[in-house]
Amino acid sequence: MSHTPVVLTPASADQAVSAFGDGSGVTVIGGGTIVMPEIAGRRASFSKALLLSGAGLAGITRQGGVVRIGAATTLQALIGATPDPLSTAAQRVGDYEIRGQATIGGNLCAGPGRETPRGDLQAPLIALAASVRTAGAGGEQVQPVEDFLESGPAGRLVLEVEFSEPTRGAYTSMGRPHTHVYTVLSVACAETPEGLRVAIGGAGPTGARAPSVERALADGASVEDAAARVLDDVEPQDDALASAWYRRKALPALVARALADIGKESG
Amino acid sequence: MKITVNGAEHELASPPLTSLLNALRDELNVTGPKVGCQGGNCGTCTVLVDGEPRRSCLLPLAMVDGAEVTTIEGLGTPKRMHPMQAAFHFYYGSQCGFCAPGMITASVALLERNPNPTRKQIQNALGGHICRCTGYVKIIDAVEAVARGESFDGAELTRSRGGEATPKGASA
Ligand SMILES: Cc1cc2nc3c(=O)[nH]c(=O)nc-3n(C[C@H](O)[C@H](O)[C@H](O)COP(=O)(O)OP(=O)(O)OC[C@H]3O[C@@H](n4cnc5c(N)ncnc54)[C@H](O)[C@@H]3O)c2cc1C
Ligand code: FES
Ligand code: FES
Repeated sequence: MSHTPVVLTPASADQAVSAFGDGSGVTVIGGGTIVMPEIAGRRASFSKALLLSGAGLAGITRQGGVVRIGAATTLQALIGATPDPLSTAAQRVGDYEIRGQATIGGNLCAGPGRETPRGDLQAPLIALAASVRTAGAGGEQVQPVEDFLESGPAGRLVLEVEFSEPTRGAYTSMGRPHTHVYTVLSVACAETPEGLRVAIGGAGPTGARAPSVERALADGASVEDAAARVLDDVEPQDDALASAWYRRKALPALVARALADIGKESG
Repeated sequence: MKITVNGAEHELASPPLTSLLNALRDELNVTGPKVGCQGGNCGTCTVLVDGEPRRSCLLPLAMVDGAEVTTIEGLGTPKRMHPMQAAFHFYYGSQCGFCAPGMITASVALLERNPNPTRKQIQNALGGHICRCTGYVKIIDAVEAVARGESFDGAELTRSRGGEATPKGASA
């Protein structure tokens, strides 16, 4: 780094919110597993860094059937302590050391990687019908995770995510072993209070919901027929992990498997 | 910023976003943790931060202010090795040695949280550590040996050079 950025280390959520302000010129560091390599590779330059690790934003609480997860909660802490599809998805990210440092807030805000998609918790959070509480210009805001992903994290500080406890959940993923097993495609489903929801990871820049699959199932389609509809919902891309052709072939089968895992009879 | 490294407290002058890895090596001259990828991918920079294995290349100093850091140097010395260091030596778990500082610290931490891991659990725990000499089988053998309670003392390690000694636990 040619210059030394100002580093803000808030000691509470309130301090973090006021330090963030409207977010202009501020780079948030959750776990830093994405930001630090950018700094080391001299691809990042910024004037202000906001470190969340001391701001008391980590923790999982449950009240009245609602699960709340602070933005700085590590992925390792989600394993076994949150319902599927989130728990299994967290378990499959990186390795023990990465999961112990990486945060859910950082995963939600992770843009597509330079060669591959990332943000493997996005699809599970969409399937769980999670909402995201953020701060920024105009104050606090709570919105569905899909809307948050659509508008992007710019100018927003994620404080927590919350969702109603599902009755069931399933996560199926296809990885490509590299130095780490990077997720080529993933399917997350959850039986939520508002019905069965299905979301896809690895096809598109962020996780995405699969409404055509959900509708087909609600209309009584077979698992195979409903799964095939997934290609109406997402447009798989070419990247360093797999071709779009391969993703189009594999995705319906993966959706069918996830639906079977959540207890949908095939037939 | 202050950190304790292998029992000694240090006040650091490096800027707060310096990685712990660079501060250890360049400011404190603790060169056990190796610079591999600087992207979290290879594991050679792994150290224990308050007992948990962490990639020191991914940790800004400001995140470890006040922490207790243990590097490979802090586990043992050539004369008084930590059992895991001795096991790596005895089982040829280290060839060029570049991955060993990370492999060994991560393995020590694994046995702290799971004293009797299966082979699969050892593989998973070391999944983020690359050995460019591809000595994985012997590395996992070494971790299993420590978990089994084999012990290695300095004299035996010297004798093992002649190919005579057997690990204590194995001969039992
Ligand atoms: C070896 C390795 C393997 C990996 N494997 C996977 C994998 O399998 N799957 C996967 O999904 N990811 C993977 N990753 C990427 C990454 O570790 C995770 O996505 C992680 O969850 C990112 O979280 P973080 O807190 O470390 O992010 P950070 O680096 O702290 O932040 C990432 C981005 O989000 C922003 N941000 C962070 N927190 C907030 C917040 N609260 N509010 C607003 N913005 C915020 C940052 O400014 C930055 O733009 C891997 C990374 C490494 C190094
Ligand atoms: S140098 Fe830290 S993981 Fe490679
Ligand atoms: S012994 Fe050479 S990298 Fe592992």
